[in-house]
Amino acid sequence: MNKLFRIDWLSILYCVLLLAAGLANIYSAAYTLDNAEVAWSVLEKQLISLGLAVVAVLLIQFLDTKFFERYASLLYLFSIFALLGLWVMGTEVSGARSWYAIRSFSLQPSEFAKVALALALAKHLGDFNTQIKRRKDYLIAFLLICIPAGLTLLQPDAGTALVLLGFFLVLHAEGLPQLFLTALLSLFALFLLTLVLGVTWVLVLLSFGLVLYLFFQRKRKRIIWPAVFTVLVFGAFTYSVSYIFEEVFEQRHRDRFNIILGKEVDTRGIGYNINQSQIAIGSGKFSGKGYLEGTQTKGGFVPEQQTDYIFTTVGEEWGFLGSITVLGIFILLLLRIIRVAYKQKTTFARVFCLGFACTLFIHVAVNLGMVVGLVPTIGIPLPLMSYGGSSLLAFGLFLGIYIRIEYQRTVA
Amino acid sequence: MRTGFFPLLIGFFGIVLFARLVSLQLLSNEYGDMSLQNSVLKQNIYPERGYIFDRNGALLVSNQPMYDLMVIPRNVRPFDTLDLCTTINISIEELNEQINKAKRYSMRAPSALVSQISKQDYAVLQEKMWKFPGMYIQRKSVRAYQTDVAANVLGYISEVNYFDMEQDPYYVKGELIGRQGIEKTYEKILRGTKGVNYLQRDKFNRIIGKYKNGILDTLPKPAKDITLSIDVDLQEYGTQLLANKRGGILAIEPSTGEILMSVSTPTYTPNLLVGRARSEYFNTLKQDTLNRFLFDRSLQGQYPPGSPFKVLNALIALEEEVIDTNTRFTCYSGHFYARNQFMECKCPSGVQNNLNKGIHNSCNTYFSNVYRKIIDKNNDAADGINIWSEHLSSFGLGNYLGYDHPVGQAGYVPNANFYNLWYPNQKWRGATTVSNAIGQGEILMTPIQLANVAATIANRGFFYTPHFVKGIQGTFIDPKYRTKRYTTISEEHFTPVIEGMANVVKIGTARIAQIPGVEVCGKTGTIENFTRINGVRTQLTDHSMFIAFAPKDNPKIAIAVIVENGYWGGRWAAPIASLVIEKYLKGNVKRAWLENRMLNGSLLDEYAKVTSNKPFAINE
Repeated sequence: MNKLFRIDWLSILYCVLLLAAGLANIYSAAYTLDNAEVAWSVLEKQLISLGLAVVAVLLIQFLDTKFFERYASLLYLFSIFALLGLWVMGTEVSGARSWYAIRSFSLQPSEFAKVALALALAKHLGDFNTQIKRRKDYLIAFLLICIPAGLTLLQPDAGTALVLLGFFLVLHAEGLPQLFLTALLSLFALFLLTLVLGVTWVLVLLSFGLVLYLFFQRKRKRIIWPAVFTVLVFGAFTYSVSYIFEEVFEQRHRDRFNIILGKEVDTRGIGYNINQSQIAIGSGKFSGKGYLEGTQTKGGFVPEQQTDYIFTTVGEEWGFLGSITVLGIFILLLLRIIRVAYKQKTTFARVFCLGFACTLFIHVAVNLGMVVGLVPTIGIPLPLMSYGGSSLLAFGLFLGIYIRIEYQRTVA
Repeated sequence: MRTGFFPLLIGFFGIVLFARLVSLQLLSNEYGDMSLQNSVLKQNIYPERGYIFDRNGALLVSNQPMYDLMVIPRNVRPFDTLDLCTTINISIEELNEQINKAKRYSMRAPSALVSQISKQDYAVLQEKMWKFPGMYIQRKSVRAYQTDVAANVLGYISEVNYFDMEQDPYYVKGELIGRQGIEKTYEKILRGTKGVNYLQRDKFNRIIGKYKNGILDTLPKPAKDITLSIDVDLQEYGTQLLANKRGGILAIEPSTGEILMSVSTPTYTPNLLVGRARSEYFNTLKQDTLNRFLFDRSLQGQYPPGSPFKVLNALIALEEEVIDTNTRFTCYSGHFYARNQFMECKCPSGVQNNLNKGIHNSCNTYFSNVYRKIIDKNNDAADGINIWSEHLSSFGLGNYLGYDHPVGQAGYVPNANFYNLWYPNQKWRGATTVSNAIGQGEILMTPIQLANVAATIANRGFFYTPHFVKGIQGTFIDPKYRTKRYTTISEEHFTPVIEGMANVVKIGTARIAQIPGVEVCGKTGTIENFTRINGVRTQLTDHSMFIAFAPKDNPKIAIAVIVENGYWGGRWAAPIASLVIEKYLKGNVKRAWLENRMLNGSLLDEYAKVTSNKPFAINE
């Protein structure tokens, strides 16, 4: 009995709450007035996935943390091969070659790459010889992130690639030189500015900023060349952003950005999803329209409602109260995992937990940001709530290892 | 290690999303409205519009199915367009245009391809529907007129316009409203109250079930049928008698105030205003400013009353005690009512007329003197004319009678103010306004007012507000139609006037109106009238006018007939009135010679004079 108390029940409670909310809303989203059986069959499939996930969580509890540390590299390599294998045996679904189809079940290897990457990074940083501030070590870490991220981007699956790239945040939390985050944020701001203002204006602003900066600096001679160099790099970046946006991006990507930036409003075409999603959530008001009473949900106005847009059902049928409850539980869960992470005694354990939290955070932030219209449309499911087996199973693995790690810390 | 980094990030995200949810769900109202707009369909259920019957139970207006050809563009497959076009009689261009319109509206929701297909076309089309995938026929209900007459009484219904919807929020686009006649007056009774179904729509605009299981739905309240006081046989007979003549007939049952007939010619068949050709016909009718098909001469036509007005002057004079039945005035084929002002009369020179003779000979001299006695009674013309005017008002003249039909005119009765304005130096006397004595002055009356005067005389001093409704299914008619309205004339003064009117038919100007076995009381009128032709005031042939009631004792019908430019009263109006009375009282008409003369008589040549652009003679 004593041992059972050492399990992180709080995290499990949050997860169970979210899973329950997910099931209820998946049922509602799939429920049609004339055919309730459809909803049951959808729910049934999700319950099977959930069962598999629970089994995974339970099975993991029989393994030692050392096992994962030892085989992390192997699992990572395996996941890379699985991603490569998609080019040979993958099935293309709506333009993306992201699935292995095994009979009626389909499996998304990129989901498991997240877990593998978390393990691999944890192992790399946990090594006695690794010093994240050293160039060689952080370059290896970058490589570990960029290989699977690049492979998923090629599928193309921008959403998962974004999640994988999100591990950069873990590196930052672990002490990566500040320069990288600063540079990243600057480039991101520059990216947005370029899209909003256009190349010319951004270049003008940059030059103006450079002149101002130099004017107020005393040791002008020493910094003049680095400063000019920086501006030149930024200028080149601006040009390349514009080039990539216009030449490399497809029209749908451009549209997605433009809608968020308020440049285009087209509620019938590309803006349909975001518009309908906001109508559904917005019409929920304070207390919602009631379970199974959502008119937008029943009418099927929101596309992909059971998967990526599951939160619209929450917003419409449970209203503001339901929305902030779900949001609150996610935040509590995230903070709980972070807290647990920093209690860990080994770097491996800490980095893995941070990786878990980071993955969860990127998912939640991008998904919720998307459905409320703050972030461009990127296909990322809402963890634990969206319909979909692979995602659920991947988070099952994360949760299982996380619980095992925390359990082992308290026992030791 | 940066332990604060993630909590900071998460906190930042939490605040941003919380703020966004507050603005989306709590502060903004637009999304709720947008949600109802695109997901809930408000579908109205209409009760069948009430039937209209005549006083004998004959069905006048019912409903008939019309058919709309509906299309769901998504389901349309290539089909034989020529076949469809010839079947429902439209051009290929029109068909393509309609299909494109439907596509623009929605690929998945039905729209009307062709509306109001007749029963005949429907029968053929129905057999071929299998050839036209993606189309189906939707039934709807429109008015069916079971009679070819009484269009002016029944009125019509049409689609509501912006103004109607503004006036009464009950109506929404596409609904029908009583636009004219009985359909308008009794709109709320005939239409009932619509019910509402709230339906849940899906993203393809398809209905997928009831919204909230139908707890917001309401049931329609059925419409009520209406029985009119109109006798449709009489109405039809009157319409035939007035064929090829412009004019009006209005008959009232004196004992109830029920309007037995209200004929206005030229008229149109009510069924013309139903179906696909409606607007075309309507414009034709509306644009004819000579025949004025949509102008109800029996209710809206304002005419100088002419000689029938003399009986009113007689009644007022008796009431004011300025004459008695034996008061005599000598007629010299007319008289000078002022220096060098001579009013002609048809009496032989030197005849002495009392009240009875004055009426049945229609003596202008007699009534001029009577009128002047009324006006100058207190040596104050203004006072006199106001008293006279008030007596007339008690007959409902110079004002709307208050009957249940939306069209009408007040007519005109002058009072002292009018003449004070007309003659600013105030030097006017009874003689100045002497035209009023013979109903030719400033006075204007409509046929329904004239008929009502006849009914009032028949009732010896009172009338009921004339009305078209006899009964409403399951309820009572307005009590104002059951309330006697007394005139200011005492009952005993009617007897001598009625004797005079009886003599009009027996020995006077309307002997042609005699009906064997029925004592008819009447008064002819021959009304001078003018028009403007190219800006020049031109006199036209007199209007033929007759008012009457019959039988003299216990009257059953009071009637007024006007035939525009028909010349003297006994020529058209009196015969037509007597034929109608005979038909109504006896069921059939024995005087076939007179009937034929009226049925076949035409005044079209007379009416053509006005537009001929040539000088023409009148009263020939």
